[in-house]
Amino acid sequence: MTDWPILSILIWLPILGGALVLMSGDRAPNVSRWLALAFAVLTFVLSIPLYVGFDVSTAAMQFVEKSPWIPAFEVNYYLGVDGISMPLIILTTFISILVIGAGWEVIQYKPSQYMAAFLIMEGVMVGVFAALDAMLFYVFWEAMLIPMFIIIGVWGGPNRVYATIKFFLYTFLGSVFMLVALVYMYFKSGSMEILMFHDLKLGLQEQILIFVAFLLAFAVKVPMWPVHTWLPDAHVEAPTGGSVILAAIMLKIGGYGFLRFSLPITPDASSTLDWLIIGMSLIAVVYIGFVALVQQDMKKLIAYSSIAHMGFVTLGFFIVFMIVAREDVETGAILGMQGGMVQMVSHGFISAALFLCIGVLYDRLHSRQIADYGGVVNVMPWFAAFMVFFAMSNAGLPGTSGFVGEFLVILAAFRADFWFAVLAATTLILGAAYSLWMVKRVVFGEVTSDKVAALKDINGREAWILGTLAVAVLILGIWPAPLIEVMDASIANLVQHIGMSKL
Amino acid sequence: MEAIFLTIVLAPLVGAIIAGLFGRQVGRAGAHRVTITGVGISCVLSLYVLWQYAFNNAPTYNASVYTWLVTDGLRFEIGFLVDRLTAMMISVVTFVSLMVHIYTIGYMHDEEGYERFFSYIALFTFSMLMLVMSNNFLQLFFGWEAVGLVSYLLIGFYFKRETAIFANMKAFLVNRVGDFGFLLGIAAIAMYFGTMDYKEAFAKAPEFAETTISIFGQTEWSLMTVICILLFIGAMGKSAQVPLHVWLPDSMEGPTPISALIHAATMVTAGIFMVARMSPLYELSETALTFILVIGATTAFFMGLIGIIQNDIKRVVAYSTLSQLGYMIAALGVSAYAAGLFHLMTHAFFKALLFLAAGSVIMGMHHDQDIRNMGGIRKYMPITHWTALLGSLALIGFPGFSGFFSKDAIIEAVHHSHIAGATYAYVLLVAGVFVTALYSFRMYFLVFHGQGPRDEHAKAHLHESPWVVTVPLILLAIPSVFIGYFTVGPMVFGDFFDEAITVAAIHDTLGHIDFHGAFGFVTHAFFTLPLYLALGGLALAWFIYTWKPGIAKVLSERLSWLHFILDKKYGFDDFNQVVFAKGSQLLGKGLWYAGDRQLIDGLAVNGSARSIGWLASVARWVQTGFLYHYAIAIILGLLGLLVWFVM
Repeated sequence: MTDWPILSILIWLPILGGALVLMSGDRAPNVSRWLALAFAVLTFVLSIPLYVGFDVSTAAMQFVEKSPWIPAFEVNYYLGVDGISMPLIILTTFISILVIGAGWEVIQYKPSQYMAAFLIMEGVMVGVFAALDAMLFYVFWEAMLIPMFIIIGVWGGPNRVYATIKFFLYTFLGSVFMLVALVYMYFKSGSMEILMFHDLKLGLQEQILIFVAFLLAFAVKVPMWPVHTWLPDAHVEAPTGGSVILAAIMLKIGGYGFLRFSLPITPDASSTLDWLIIGMSLIAVVYIGFVALVQQDMKKLIAYSSIAHMGFVTLGFFIVFMIVAREDVETGAILGMQGGMVQMVSHGFISAALFLCIGVLYDRLHSRQIADYGGVVNVMPWFAAFMVFFAMSNAGLPGTSGFVGEFLVILAAFRADFWFAVLAATTLILGAAYSLWMVKRVVFGEVTSDKVAALKDINGREAWILGTLAVAVLILGIWPAPLIEVMDASIANLVQHIGMSKL
Repeated sequence: MEAIFLTIVLAPLVGAIIAGLFGRQVGRAGAHRVTITGVGISCVLSLYVLWQYAFNNAPTYNASVYTWLVTDGLRFEIGFLVDRLTAMMISVVTFVSLMVHIYTIGYMHDEEGYERFFSYIALFTFSMLMLVMSNNFLQLFFGWEAVGLVSYLLIGFYFKRETAIFANMKAFLVNRVGDFGFLLGIAAIAMYFGTMDYKEAFAKAPEFAETTISIFGQTEWSLMTVICILLFIGAMGKSAQVPLHVWLPDSMEGPTPISALIHAATMVTAGIFMVARMSPLYELSETALTFILVIGATTAFFMGLIGIIQNDIKRVVAYSTLSQLGYMIAALGVSAYAAGLFHLMTHAFFKALLFLAAGSVIMGMHHDQDIRNMGGIRKYMPITHWTALLGSLALIGFPGFSGFFSKDAIIEAVHHSHIAGATYAYVLLVAGVFVTALYSFRMYFLVFHGQGPRDEHAKAHLHESPWVVTVPLILLAIPSVFIGYFTVGPMVFGDFFDEAITVAAIHDTLGHIDFHGAFGFVTHAFFTLPLYLALGGLALAWFIYTWKPGIAKVLSERLSWLHFILDKKYGFDDFNQVVFAKGSQLLGKGLWYAGDRQLIDGLAVNGSARSIGWLASVARWVQTGFLYHYAIAIILGLLGLLVWFVM
């Protein structure tokens, strides 16, 4: 089994599928839909061996594939996964199935192209997580923008042009600086291998410049305050599937970048500038929490909530240095990083589910305004049950996955500084406030209008999609050990690595 | 034993899942049968466990069921700690829950969402059992929030009512404020003790008795005080203590059975249970104990006062619950944990009884809850009347009733305490006895005595409730009357809780009370003030509300300022609404408009887009398209370079 180039299959199979779906055209939309679903399911099934065959005892890269790509520049087609990237790849293949399902009969305009875009994007995103060569990584990183750009631009809402341009320029601006940093390190090391960069000796001044370049790229992707404003616009204009992929996977690529590039390549700069990231993360949790509270548009609300939740990810990653610096605290560094990683996976499920819920409503009423709804539970009881469940998960209810990451990060933050924990823990109140207030206005109450009265409850397809996510959220909440186990060795190794100064 | 414990916890969960997910398939009768079976199994097994621990000296059980996760040297597990404290709690929880389940068949008979309701209360029972059986802080927090979730769902059960869905959100958010402190307390324990397990944490705690940490600048705080107060903030939310009590009166929007189960007998007592369970920690911080004592006594007295002027039958009982929770909390403050738990137990019976009796009256009155419209109901609903009378007597601490033993034990313990705030607490708690008797019997006389209901239609339809309602009332009335007499000796003054609870010698207030048997305790009471205050309150209520009904009106006019303050509930609700609810919305709007839209998007993002656009529009004038313009630029450029190189 391990002899198979499994990562290559996971990258190229969906892309091939996308090409086939594209060729099938729109004359028989059901053919392209089933074809797309088949490829998505097949990709997911093939990604399971990654988990089953994964060796949890080592931090080394596994399922490695390496062959020359551009020999003149020492650029290789080099793939591999560790405990950090493997869960994210499975998250990608899993969410992709749901996204294909979510667009089933909803997308009537050029369905084959829509499905193809998502399949191609799936392959590219797996490529981002699996690439161990910086050039390859960069190609996938930028390629990811293209299908997303098309998805928002073609199937998006009325203001989609502004949103796509904003989205594209924002993220592209950040990544150009990353390219400069990568090229610089290539000249210093003579290699494009990311793992070589990890061991590359760099002075503090160099590290800070490289760190800032990476920060621009990753902070935009996460997104961190104050470079987050593209996200609400992109979400609002994107079709449901686009929002799901954006929230569930694309944002994670920013967080992944910090773990794969910033922290190990520039540990001293990260340590010097940790206050900056911690500050931005805490602002994201508190400030964005308040902003989310007053949103009138459901998608904007969830978009802001995503930013606040991603604040926990970056907080968990960067408090490491303060914990290590404290003499009276022995452990906690791994705790914070584990928390950040779990938060990424969990947010992948929960934000996807919430965007799908809003999509269900939007498909029926063509409005995302909270004020247009009210009393939905009277006509859509099953939907209401899902909505309340996911809102509670979003508010970090124990027993759901939303709790695990926040809990671990708050425990770790307490070790760094009492006040970090206090600010982070405000999410307990703010998260519940914006989630439940939305639920109160949308789901509960008397039926407010004839349009709401005419709503039909979720159909079997929608129930399957939301039900699958609900099960995932519950399992991860009740028993997170399997996920933690997979990541433990890699994160412990990373913490040890960044503890050693490069100066 | 492990199989028994697992069954106790999981049987209600199975019932909840079946009734919740397959409600349509199993139908109404199926839903109540399956949940009652589940809770019934739990109840029988819990009583068996209690028997084993109380009489057969079963050893303390402390083991994990499965590992939630392990990382960074911290083990997070799900497991059970069962000792006499747990055995008592699970017995009370499952017994009251079973009574409420049976009662609900009658109460919710004609309601929509019958299956959903049974699913929720069975789920609640599961969550509450997880909470009290936990052997670690993680599971405690899980149960803590899970009961909050079910409480949220049940307060908002009538989801069409605006007041109900406001109340449930308020309840959840206020509880989250408490949980905010609670979680930080758990984080502190994880950091300093390096464990989530109770027993390990308790063993480590004494090492940190003298440790101080700095939070605000240079001021040093005792670590144990910080931990204990943070944890207690959680208890203040769950057990509705001032100023986090505001959600409990509003929670009466939920159906009456859950008011009895969740908002009187079980969930709201979780805070008391938690502090008692953490007694090895609390004994290390006298500051925290004083804080607890003052909060408890304040709640006990001032919330009782509000009860006097309420006219909604459920709200009278709700304020009474707040006040009684205050008594329990005050007991914890003077380290009389056993007395607090004992009051928790007796209160669970008589307060569940009072709520269910109130529900029975509400059914009779066709869901009119205003006690001014009632009266003379004793003639129409004899069983409800007698059980309510017994419950009320237990509540005011009438000698010999179970509430008497528990309340007197608390007051005596506070009397013997010497920690800061003890005198303040003693005065309020003793005065509270009078208030309790006054509001309880005001309600009793208004509802059950006097002329019949004003409304002739209501009068014509008034009749006793069906047996599924009255049988639970009778079964709850029995312990409300007798359990105190038989258990006060071992539980409060004996060694029943010795293994579960730690009391430092200097805080041992209960040990200073002379106890010579339950009968001696009763006779002793005739020489103390509280008894006469209780009887005085009863007499005054009788005098005002049956003898001279005009007095009440005169009094409320004469004391209009007091009436105003009590009617406004000391202004807590208005303050929260203006400062927290409106304030955070304003802050959110401000940050959004000024921060996101003006500064970041307006100035930075679109601003830079505009300035690039402007730069381009200026720069394009250079691109004229005339050859001679370009030629002169080349010549000038060449000249410039030459000058630069030559110079």
